[in-house]
Amino acid sequence: MPPADNDRQITPFPGDLWTQPPITVPARSTATEEVQRIRTPAALHYRYNPGIAPTVFLRELAQKRIVGGVCPTSGEVYVPPRGMSPKFGVPTSGTVEVGPKASITAFCVVHIGFGVNAPPVPFVSALILPDGASVSLYGLIQEIPYDEVRTGMRVEPVWVDDDQLSTSFENIKWWRPIDEPDTDPALLKGHM
Amino acid sequence: MTERVAVIGVGQTKHAAIRGDVSLPGLLREAVYRALADAHLTMADIDAVVVGKAPDFFEGIMMPEGYLAEALGCVGKPLFRVHTAGSVGGSTAIVAASHIEAGVHERVLTVGWEQQSCSEAMWALSFQIPFQQQLVAGAGGYFAPFINEYVRRSGAPEDIGILVALKDRLNGLKNPYAHLHEPDITYESVRDSFMLWEPIRYSETCPSSDGAIAMVLGNESAAAQAEASSGVPPAWIHGTAMRSEPSVAMGRDQISPLASQECAAAVYAQAGITDPRGQIDVVEMYVPFSWYEPMWLETLGFADEGEGWKMTESGATQMSGDLPVNCSGGVLCTNPIGASGMLRFGEAAMQIRGQAGDHQVDGARTALGHAYGGAAQFFAMWVVGAAKP
Amino acid sequence: MRDVAIVSSAQTAHRRSVDELNEVELIQPVIAAALAGAGVSIGDIDFVCSGSSDYLAGQAFSFVMTLDAVGAWPPIVESHVEMDAAWALYEAWIKIQTGHADSALIFGYSKASPGDLPRVLSRQLDPYYQAPLWPDAVAYAGLQGRAMLDAGIITERDMAEIAHRNRMAAEANPNAQVTGSLSVDDLLAQPYLSDPIRRHDCPPISDGGVAVVLAAGDLARSWSSRPAWIRGIDHRIDGHQIGARDLTVAPSIATAAAKAGVSGRFDIAEVHAPFSFQEPIITSALGLSDDVMVNPSGGALAANPMMAAGLIRLAEVAARISDGSADRGVAHATGGHCLQQNLVCVLEGAS
Repeated sequence: MPPADNDRQITPFPGDLWTQPPITVPARSTATEEVQRIRTPAALHYRYNPGIAPTVFLRELAQKRIVGGVCPTSGEVYVPPRGMSPKFGVPTSGTVEVGPKASITAFCVVHIGFGVNAPPVPFVSALILPDGASVSLYGLIQEIPYDEVRTGMRVEPVWVDDDQLSTSFENIKWWRPIDEPDTDPALLKGHM
Repeated sequence: MTERVAVIGVGQTKHAAIRGDVSLPGLLREAVYRALADAHLTMADIDAVVVGKAPDFFEGIMMPEGYLAEALGCVGKPLFRVHTAGSVGGSTAIVAASHIEAGVHERVLTVGWEQQSCSEAMWALSFQIPFQQQLVAGAGGYFAPFINEYVRRSGAPEDIGILVALKDRLNGLKNPYAHLHEPDITYESVRDSFMLWEPIRYSETCPSSDGAIAMVLGNESAAAQAEASSGVPPAWIHGTAMRSEPSVAMGRDQISPLASQECAAAVYAQAGITDPRGQIDVVEMYVPFSWYEPMWLETLGFADEGEGWKMTESGATQMSGDLPVNCSGGVLCTNPIGASGMLRFGEAAMQIRGQAGDHQVDGARTALGHAYGGAAQFFAMWVVGAAKP
Repeated sequence: MRDVAIVSSAQTAHRRSVDELNEVELIQPVIAAALAGAGVSIGDIDFVCSGSSDYLAGQAFSFVMTLDAVGAWPPIVESHVEMDAAWALYEAWIKIQTGHADSALIFGYSKASPGDLPRVLSRQLDPYYQAPLWPDAVAYAGLQGRAMLDAGIITERDMAEIAHRNRMAAEANPNAQVTGSLSVDDLLAQPYLSDPIRRHDCPPISDGGVAVVLAAGDLARSWSSRPAWIRGIDHRIDGHQIGARDLTVAPSIATAAAKAGVSGRFDIAEVHAPFSFQEPIITSALGLSDDVMVNPSGGALAANPMMAAGLIRLAEVAARISDGSADRGVAHATGGHCLQQNLVCVLEGAS
């Protein structure tokens, strides 16, 4: 006679090194069932280090300043700073403040957000080139109907309230249009 | 002296959203057994195995090739694992070919796979890393601005993407292995599908797939033996190239990346191709979002800058056109990320060998396989042909 | 086969935790130093290949960011392996053999400090039967140590002597992390970490990296006054299921050694033995005679940056050949648990 369901004994490891989670599947079943999947919860914890260049960037961002890293060979300014000049593989030689005014180099209208911080759809996600920078960073465009956004449009950052500033990209809530003539899109090629 | 290299066996799985009927080793062996059977070989005949796949977070197994050593028939043999982001399927095939070209091995098995149902692929692609900017628009929102710039610069009509998606999905119906089979798809159904990131609609995006592809590569004598056994001619590798550029750099243009242009120029030079549109019979190109077809047509030298969309619109890239693109259905039908690049390379080889069944381009003698990844920064390409180089 | 040599290399000073730098900032000076050591810049390099692991960085596509440390503009020919960078060197060696390149830059790195390394490495196991049990890497290796003891091949005193010898040798290595050692008796008096393993039998957890420059033929001769020529190189893998293989031997090392031409006299050997009891498995499989100096650098017991420690073994042999203190050496790299995957390389100074 086969053993009754759920009568399997599991000996815990000594010293409570590992305990068996509750078993919900019978030890033996006369109606065999193909096992298609096993669910293995897995969690790993990491403590990330930003590194020197991102640290400088985020600390400046907490002061409502956007900075870029300067390539010592070409003078190009990388935002956010990466510590390296990506074209030459050499450390950047310090930072300069860029913006806050900027131009939109490319954008799209998003109809499906991702993550808890996504604004209501539809919204505009854009590549934004702060004045003085050589490459763009991503940002949201708000305070303008989404179908009026255009490449070359001039924008400025909208910051969180001073008491909410922290060392994080979230200091910039979004970018809004400013009353200046558009930048010629032809000048923005290569700066995306 | 370096060796000539040929594709002498190709095998792939039936790709699907969830391949719940096989374990991870089972998924690979389905492709591997088909490739070995195609080459009339067994695992014992293989000298080395070169595998590639995308980030290990997709399956939750760190460096899974170690676990797969037995399943790949690799115990006591060399096993090599490539990881070059989205282009990995392509670069893996190139690394495998170079083992033979260098004269180190005679027969190499190469496998690309992904079992994306094991985890949440969107999460694995873009989980929040501290101190880095979170893209609330998701992966598609990262690429869509560049696509919009292409539309703006080229003045392309706004339905070019719809034409690509329709073509690739209809082609996929002719490929029994493809993941998405949508017999009811129409221009209207694509146009009316949910708009995700303008101009990309739901029906214009790649799926998330479980799947694998394997190829057996051989040197000249192995190719002769395989052809004698199987009656199927080899697809000779006429050229291979890989290029990379930084993700962010002034002067970069993700619409027509310099790395893509230079990679294409290098592979064409090796393969003796001076007129790509005239000399290449069929293309398998990595198109995960519809608009990449016209963009890549330009950067691969098939159309002038700003003109790629005209090739799509005219029907030139249909199977009946003069440059069929993605007869297999491409990435828009099937996207196990680690395999997708190798699927392009493998489907190109299948066209040369006359193995593409209902999606065969008659008389194809020269084919281009193309893969890319990262922020349009990693490129891997090969040209395969019927003629021995 | 073309003659290919290691012409220069550089390493970080390996540490338990490099908190202030990210991976890019960690590896860039090493890459710059390796290139400078050969008197070249990235424009002189035909092929770049790196080795790293997403699971160590805690980030998908983590190798992409380190491209910034190379200077990939104009676009370069570049590849990456999710393996120890010793295998990246193998890919580069193959590339040079095809004639598509005459030179290569190889680098490997990791920061293990962000994660809990023994737990992270448990993800590298059979996902159905082993990984759900979360065996940490030390306990898993202990199974091999137990097998060695039970087979009578080694004693706990032998293990302590190996640990002592390696870490004392490391005092002469400016890059080593753990240098110097208690006496063997004092080591044996320490408590077990995971019976039969004591702390001294384990590698340290390290953040670090290495970069190596390869060149062929006359190019190598112009980049180094005494290149370290690769006379043979091969790699093999054993089975994954530890219940199905004899943990006291490493057939893949013996096969790779035979294919790489490990025979005759060697001055030095650098073997990648993260755990003390693994060293005799490796030296035995390599067939090394007792008079070979093993691990003058201190080996992995002195510094074990994942994804780099294997390439470091090759770099250490090459460095001693290039500075004239050795003529012929063998280097070994391992990957996976319990010496599952192995690479063997014979290096010589005579051209």
